[in-house]
Amino acid sequence: MSIKAGLRGFEAVNEEIKQELLSKDKVVVEQVNGQRYLGCALDTGKTLEIHGTAGNDLACYLNGGRIIVHGNGQDALGNTMGGGEIIVHGHSGDALGYGMRDGQIYVRDNVCCRGGIHMKEFRAMKPVLVIGQNAGSFLGEYMSGGTIVLLGLNLKRGEKLFGTHCASGMHGGKIFVRGAFPKQNLSPNIKVVSLEEEDKKELEGYVKHYCKYFHEDYESIMNKPFKKLVPATSRPYANMYVAN
Amino acid sequence: MAIDYIPRSFTIVRDKERCIDCGCCVRQCSNECHYFADDGKTVLADSQNCVACHRCVDLCPTHALRIEKYICDYRENANWTAQYQQEICRQADSGGTLLSAMGNPKPYPIYWDKILLNASQVTNPSIDPLREPMEIRTILGRKPERMTVEEKGKSTIKMPPQVVLETPIMFSAMSFGSISLNAQKSLAMAAKNLGTLFNTGEGGLHPDLEAYTDHAIVQVASGRFGVHKEYLNRSRYVEIKIGQGAKPGIGGHLPGEKVNVEVSNARMIPVGSDAISPAPHHDIYSIEDLRQLIWSIKQATDNTKPVCVKIAAVHNVAAIVSGCARAGADIIAIDGFRGGTGAAPTRIRDNVGIPIELALAAADQRLREEGIRSHVSLVAAGSFRCSADIVKAIALGADACYCASAPLIAMGCHMCRTCNTGKCNWGIATQRPELTKRLNPDIMHQRVENLITAWNHEIKEIMGGMGINSIDSLRGNRLMLRGIGLSEKELQILGIKHAGE
Repeated sequence: MSIKAGLRGFEAVNEEIKQELLSKDKVVVEQVNGQRYLGCALDTGKTLEIHGTAGNDLACYLNGGRIIVHGNGQDALGNTMGGGEIIVHGHSGDALGYGMRDGQIYVRDNVCCRGGIHMKEFRAMKPVLVIGQNAGSFLGEYMSGGTIVLLGLNLKRGEKLFGTHCASGMHGGKIFVRGAFPKQNLSPNIKVVSLEEEDKKELEGYVKHYCKYFHEDYESIMNKPFKKLVPATSRPYANMYVAN
Repeated sequence: MAIDYIPRSFTIVRDKERCIDCGCCVRQCSNECHYFADDGKTVLADSQNCVACHRCVDLCPTHALRIEKYICDYRENANWTAQYQQEICRQADSGGTLLSAMGNPKPYPIYWDKILLNASQVTNPSIDPLREPMEIRTILGRKPERMTVEEKGKSTIKMPPQVVLETPIMFSAMSFGSISLNAQKSLAMAAKNLGTLFNTGEGGLHPDLEAYTDHAIVQVASGRFGVHKEYLNRSRYVEIKIGQGAKPGIGGHLPGEKVNVEVSNARMIPVGSDAISPAPHHDIYSIEDLRQLIWSIKQATDNTKPVCVKIAAVHNVAAIVSGCARAGADIIAIDGFRGGTGAAPTRIRDNVGIPIELALAAADQRLREEGIRSHVSLVAAGSFRCSADIVKAIALGADACYCASAPLIAMGCHMCRTCNTGKCNWGIATQRPELTKRLNPDIMHQRVENLITAWNHEIKEIMGGMGINSIDSLRGNRLMLRGIGLSEKELQILGIKHAGE
């Protein structure tokens, strides 16, 4: 049995989901029409499958749960998530994975502005964001940890891998980019380097997952070269102030 | 080159007849002003780095030390003061943004000092709080539009979550990182014993404070440090930090030097990394977006926690407060421009924002006019120096007040305003273990409790004098206030009459 979201407000839908999850580990919601906060703070061991367009703040504060979206996501998907996995069979809006601290997000298509903003890592917690197509401006802004993978699949002529001000204020973590990318859109504090053996191993794991989830061909993805974007310094603002 | 020399601010005066060369001052001064002479016995002082924190003065066993202002005159100029010249010198030297600590020190009007309180004489009796019950219990949270009752008189209203405080005084947000864990713990212990709340700031909640989560306000700021499901749920209420009175429109920046192992654990970031909270929340670009974050917190906490929005007092504060109320905030904290800070760009601190008195009066008035005052509780912040300031704030419309500097002074702070250096000799605004251990929470919580207990009693006395026995009757009761030496416009904004009227 599945829950029909229809045109109901988010409170009613989320309450029904919450009730269902008391006795079940997996809940399917159909006819989703932009209802917000679906899968909010979903705990480890629970799965939410969404059919339709998931509204803003999907999987905010995700707490180890698993979310599969058959459709598109909107803004602030995975906002401040603390762990778990989100798989989006479509694209995502702005501020994807804002402040995410752990867990993995896979988006089949493109993401809009400020994807992975404020991603951070802590000890064993290392967030991962894998984007199939391309990203808007300010990708990885203020990023201080974790990994973003940008695959650049199915780009049309003239479409760029990422928008302007990429990784502005980034001071930790790394971004793997596949194929050609617009160097002029990189922020001045970013270095482009080749992948180390360790990076390759890490990347392969994410790409395999992506291919499994979205039925892409692993070999043809890995055939194109990857580069790694890293911050030139972990303290970009260290000398900004003078005590008065 | 000597061109970068800035004359010192203070001189350490040592009474040689009293000094016994014990070296206490040498051990106490983290600015390394005191030192032993080459003979290894005689104690001397170099005043260049003295910040007038009075640590040496207070701890000197023979009271041999005195700090005095050091005056190196510049040619008098009301425009080009010594301070502006010195600041230019610092910037010419470094190219840096000037960074200062604590609240705005400039001589802007302090309206608390231009407002007088009323008392009863003959026509209605004053009340003696020593013998009669006096209610200062304060309840924060959204109140229902109207009451409905069933036949037997029982309420059929589902009350939104409420916070019951035994005093209208709470402790403002000070993160672990900006202040030491011992300082935060002292406030947490005091909050618990006083029946009020402390505020974690945006630094996450340290595991040592878990026993005090029922008395914790947890903050969600743009950097989202240490924010997760448990953090939100282990709190009395959740505060979204939009702005801070000391630096409206500016974010927070905890330099990597202050992120030691303990701070890193609370903030959930690696040791030594900068903790950057930019000015905007990147999921909030409008009142509608604020609504989204408010409701995401309500969803994550099953609607069990009131959600507070903290904003800095700025020019359009009344309209902004109205927007926040309509966005679903249960509590709105307004922080005036004299509010404290561990570090803020000097130019922002000294020039941006407006006084809390005007902001509070304007916001309360606007909410009343729009008929939504009961939708939110208003918390005023931004420098309360004594209980009379608090009484005046409540009469101007505040439900409760946030205090930070006053309890810090109770713990030893001497307002030397160099928190940003991380060398606080009183163990408050520092993470150096040799300094933080100077602040013993088991003693300091008692001093903070003493202060608030004294203020509580003073509030009751002032209320009793007015013939008011419940703080609810004081709230927004501007007839209890009169202005002194204020213009028509100021009186109009404050919504009070002039003394004698």
